[in-house]
Amino acid sequence: MANVAALFRVCPRTGLQYHRSAETLIKLNAVAAVVSLLVGGILALLILLTRWQAIHLIDAENFYMFLTVHGLDMLAFWIIFFEIAVLYFCSSTLLRSRLATPGMAWAGFGLMVLGAVLVNVIVFMGESTVMFTSYVPLPGHPVFYLGLILFAVGALIGCFIFLGTLVVAKAEKTYEGSIPLVTFGALTACIIAVFTIASGAIILIPTFLWSVGYIKSIDPLMYRTIWWGFGHSSQQINVSAHVAVWYAIAAIAFGAKPMSERVSRGAFLLYILFLQLASAHHLLSDPGLSSEWKIFNTSYAMYLAVLASMVHGLTVPGSIEVAQRAKGYTRGLFEWIRKAPWGNPVFSGMFISLVGFGFLGGISGVMMGTEQLNMLIHNTIYVPGHFHATVVVGTTLAFMALTYFLIPSLFNREVINPGLAKVQPYLFGLGMGVFCLAMMGAGTLGVPRRHWDITFAGASMPYEFPGTAWLMLGIMGAAGLVAVIGGIIYIYVTVGSLLWGKRLDVGAYTPQRTILRMPIATALTGHGEAAGFAAPGTFVFAMVFLTAFVLYYFVNWKYLSTVWGLS
Amino acid sequence: MSAILPPEQRIWWKQPLDRVEGTWILIAFVWCLIMFFMMPYWHVYGKQNLSNETYKTTPDVYGKKVQAFADQYKVREETDEKIPVVHPPAGADVYMLGRLWAWWPILELENGKTYRLHLSAMDYQHGFSLQPENINIQVLPGYEHVVTVTPNRAGTYAIMCNEFCGIGHHKMVSRLYVK
Repeated sequence: MANVAALFRVCPRTGLQYHRSAETLIKLNAVAAVVSLLVGGILALLILLTRWQAIHLIDAENFYMFLTVHGLDMLAFWIIFFEIAVLYFCSSTLLRSRLATPGMAWAGFGLMVLGAVLVNVIVFMGESTVMFTSYVPLPGHPVFYLGLILFAVGALIGCFIFLGTLVVAKAEKTYEGSIPLVTFGALTACIIAVFTIASGAIILIPTFLWSVGYIKSIDPLMYRTIWWGFGHSSQQINVSAHVAVWYAIAAIAFGAKPMSERVSRGAFLLYILFLQLASAHHLLSDPGLSSEWKIFNTSYAMYLAVLASMVHGLTVPGSIEVAQRAKGYTRGLFEWIRKAPWGNPVFSGMFISLVGFGFLGGISGVMMGTEQLNMLIHNTIYVPGHFHATVVVGTTLAFMALTYFLIPSLFNREVINPGLAKVQPYLFGLGMGVFCLAMMGAGTLGVPRRHWDITFAGASMPYEFPGTAWLMLGIMGAAGLVAVIGGIIYIYVTVGSLLWGKRLDVGAYTPQRTILRMPIATALTGHGEAAGFAAPGTFVFAMVFLTAFVLYYFVNWKYLSTVWGLS
Repeated sequence: MSAILPPEQRIWWKQPLDRVEGTWILIAFVWCLIMFFMMPYWHVYGKQNLSNETYKTTPDVYGKKVQAFADQYKVREETDEKIPVVHPPAGADVYMLGRLWAWWPILELENGKTYRLHLSAMDYQHGFSLQPENINIQVLPGYEHVVTVTPNRAGTYAIMCNEFCGIGHHKMVSRLYVK
């Protein structure tokens, strides 16, 4: 075999097989992710208590500086470190393969850490308060762009390690047939990541050269168009990755199998083809782009990627319903969900993530991604309301849920304080959900995003927001505090478990690998031969979702029809 | 067996669909098409569409245009900074600029009349945010965006900046009158 030094262990609790190099790198990436989350989370609290206008805690300069770091630590560093861990897990662990070129993976990790540290330091020094988006010609420090580029190169190396591992696994025949659905989802995330990072390089490298004086100017519209190919697409990596995590958790917690591989994989394929077009969402209220361009792109080519998300939104709970019904929870439409393990944070986190992502993030995202409707919320606090629903309730909570599974299996520790872990997804998910709704409400009233003071103190012509806007910011503040408590519990439980959780049996490291040999069924059978409608409860949920979607969508058109005429 | 293992059936792409999935895909697809066609529909029948008329310009050239416009139609001055209030005739080309940290000048428009509103930025990117109407448009330096507007309610409006533009961003707010 190729690599004599490769050592493997089989987790005695889950039967998963870890390659030692991959295991170490998954751990390190996960730890770097949680450290980023911690820094970003502390800043989140300070920002929250400032935007809660009645409290208005910190001064303007620090507010804008902290908001810049918060955006980067959360949207880029926490998420992408964790995603690299997910990629290594989905390739090396799920395919029972050695990790391709661990040395390069270490180099990639080193670059990512270096980049993240540089960005944090330069912004905290007060040199680059330019927000996550760093729109030109707002000047950032060269080290800021350099740090981002280094981080991106490191992440790109991680993507290629993942692809290389798929090749190794195939060549060394560590599995039979096709790669698992979850790995397929991770592959989708990886392909989108390569596109994303390429877009980032295309715009950040010239911007770096501009910041050191080699290039005279960067066109602001060009910057926005290409930068969003990086900025929004990076969030599409999250979508693919957390959908893969949903499928993984459904499989882990219920032994659920996909309702049909064809549909779920087809939906991931639609992501690969169309999801990135969504970066046009950010440019709908911009000058200089045609309506045809905006309509085609913002609709992801006729909403084919939205269709994919709606499919995943049905098939993930649908597969759980089928698995539960097979276990005998067949009474009525909803016994399967009532009897689900709601006390297990792996499941509850995943399910709140799924519902929150769909109802809050999905519906608001499509609304604001409609060419004309976008004018109603562009750059208002509605926008962070939307993306906290997708990235925090959706991605972050899904990743948190997965950690509760990884602590015993990957880190070989017992989760400390299971009582706290049990309530954590509820505090975090529900707090965040209300927080997002309140932000969307305030945005509908015109409250701007990235704004230190909506009383406009010191301005010669201040505007007075209606009392409802203040109320919304108050609700946002209170719900945000609940979510912060959920975040603190998460960090306490994960870090605590790693440091002083009870050590569990690791299993022996040997050069032996257990190859995945599956009893391959030859007969082509679906789920519902008997009933023909295998997941009726999920279908009812889906129709509730669709009703909410349709109503909210047309309410916004109605509102648009009352504003000033524009043409 | 499950989503974390290779598919049980080698030829998984021939596995039949469950009716739940098939029905949902059909419903969702129809909804997606409706949402898609709403946008072109609104361009034909709706009255709120953002204009595509844009010209390349420079802060110098644009600044001079706004100054000439303000000088021509100025009716009075407001605030300690003596910001001109400009009352252009109905149907006119009206100009406004965003800079650190103000919108300039103050416009006075007539209800129900249509104007060609020119927008551009002098330095960084800014966000034109008309309140309480809540119409929001990105304003870029180097691009002159011409938006045709028809106010439909008399009153005093505010124009805030909602694109971060530095430490004075939260003080960038101006006024607009509709008589």
